[in-house]
Amino acid sequence: MITREDVEHVAVLSQMKLKEQDYILFTKQLEEMLKFVEKLKEVNTDDIEPTASVIPLKNVVREDIMAASFDRDIALMNAPDKDFGHFKIPKIME
Amino acid sequence: MSKYETIIGLEVHVQLKTATKLFCGCSTKFGAEANTHTCPVCLGLPGALPVLNKKAVNLAILTGLALKFKINEFARFDRKNYFYPDLPKGYQISQKDKPFCEHGKLEITIDGVKKEIGITRAHLEEDAGKLLHSGSSGQIGDAEESLVDLNRTCVPLLEIVSEPDLRSPAEAFEYLGALKSILQYIGVSDCDMEKGSLRCDANISLRPFGQKEFNPKVEIKNVNSFKNVKDALEYETARQTQCLDSGEKTFQETRLFSAEKGTTTAMRAKEESNDYRYFPEPDLVVNHITKEMIEEIKKTLVELPAVRRSRFVTAYGLPEYDAGVLTASKAFADYFEVCAGLNKNYKAISNLIMGDLMGFLKAAGKDISDSPVKPENLVKLVKLIDTNIISSKIAKVVFEDMFKESADPEDVVKAKGLVQITDEGAVGKIIDKVLLENPAIVAEYKSGKDKVIGNLVGKVMKESAGKASPGLVNKILKEKLSN
Repeated sequence: MITREDVEHVAVLSQMKLKEQDYILFTKQLEEMLKFVEKLKEVNTDDIEPTASVIPLKNVVREDIMAASFDRDIALMNAPDKDFGHFKIPKIME
Repeated sequence: MSKYETIIGLEVHVQLKTATKLFCGCSTKFGAEANTHTCPVCLGLPGALPVLNKKAVNLAILTGLALKFKINEFARFDRKNYFYPDLPKGYQISQKDKPFCEHGKLEITIDGVKKEIGITRAHLEEDAGKLLHSGSSGQIGDAEESLVDLNRTCVPLLEIVSEPDLRSPAEAFEYLGALKSILQYIGVSDCDMEKGSLRCDANISLRPFGQKEFNPKVEIKNVNSFKNVKDALEYETARQTQCLDSGEKTFQETRLFSAEKGTTTAMRAKEESNDYRYFPEPDLVVNHITKEMIEEIKKTLVELPAVRRSRFVTAYGLPEYDAGVLTASKAFADYFEVCAGLNKNYKAISNLIMGDLMGFLKAAGKDISDSPVKPENLVKLVKLIDTNIISSKIAKVVFEDMFKESADPEDVVKAKGLVQITDEGAVGKIIDKVLLENPAIVAEYKSGKDKVIGNLVGKVMKESAGKASPGLVNKILKEKLSN
């Protein structure tokens, strides 16, 4: 059962400001998602190992060898704001 | 005696010594211009895919072996989700359920007693970026805006989490020293706190003796030296004691340590964000650590400090104390062994290193690797003393020149005419002069005050500018006084 408090909690974690009608909509939608998971749980998985990845590969690594980095101008190209070669961001602590 | 037992656990982050980042080929070099070591992967650009650095994995496993960890056969990465401006992807790639190393241990010595501290786990994760806050204080709370440098994002960190086995700030201090020593010995990290390659968060709670369960723990952040960790923990012990004494409940919180004030203060940040919604990282595959891989890495394991320390006692006959001081740093232990290969008066070498060399290096702010006194010259000095060419008192003067001018001690002794006076006649003449000038002290000695002889020896040494052989001075002085 998804409650309004659950949606409020998720909204805080997602840093989203929700409107009143969003709470009603998202409560309903999240509830539907949970129902879908409940449906999946009906499948018998007794003989299945817990699976973290379905990619049939292991130990994919690279050697510790330097590769080219971006020019700084390119790295900062899409930044909404910048200063002294840094990304510039608004006030963090309210 | 306190009514409460102190419970401490430490989380140490060490930067592993790789040339490139954990998941991309950008450089990890410290001090580069802002945002010049970045690429699509460490900037978190859409579609960029991480590829694991093999060296970082090897260093993690090497650390695991040195700290007697169980190396997990299967290790996996997970996403730790949270929003913060130094984390461009909105999640940190870390390890939750399947870290590389679990159940390690580290032995510390506290008041001469050995104690084993459990280490819960060691896992690999990526570092976050660096924030600079505007405003004169540079503090986040006063800043209208902040600047972000992402050079450090994705730099490989090994987080080493201890069990809550530490029972005092002093034990925590010992643990950190022992841990750092091992990490430097095996060469996995520089452990340079000033450059951020070793960081430490401390968890502490108090409970009445006899109580089984732990009280809520306080996490202390922002501590930038081992001494400060100790100070912060001592402050917290006192603060929590006061809380419990007055019947207040302590609660789980994060506090920041201020080195200037020596106090901790509660962080204002909301505690709700402690919900990281970990899930397996879909962009990386599982790591299967085979026995063969572990054996291969084991070959690179060097002699660890505790073993070397015992060997210094048995092989060189050094006192436990000397062995401990010399082997705490691999560089000093190596230096000693180079010297020991050249001269067999091990205790004299140890004395010169621990007394003169360490003192001068510390005063000059120099590292042993930059020591102006090379082992060959230190050993020459030992020989000059052992063959009675100079006294150990004059050796101090010679050492100063050896350090300041990188000089050869034999040259210093020659140039300054510091050769010890071992001629009985010459020493006798100096003694006669001193006895003549100090009839009062001589009378005191003859009336039975044996101790005043020290005074006379001092005067003779001074008269000879420190060059008279002290053994000879004692001998002749006694002879002359008993006449």
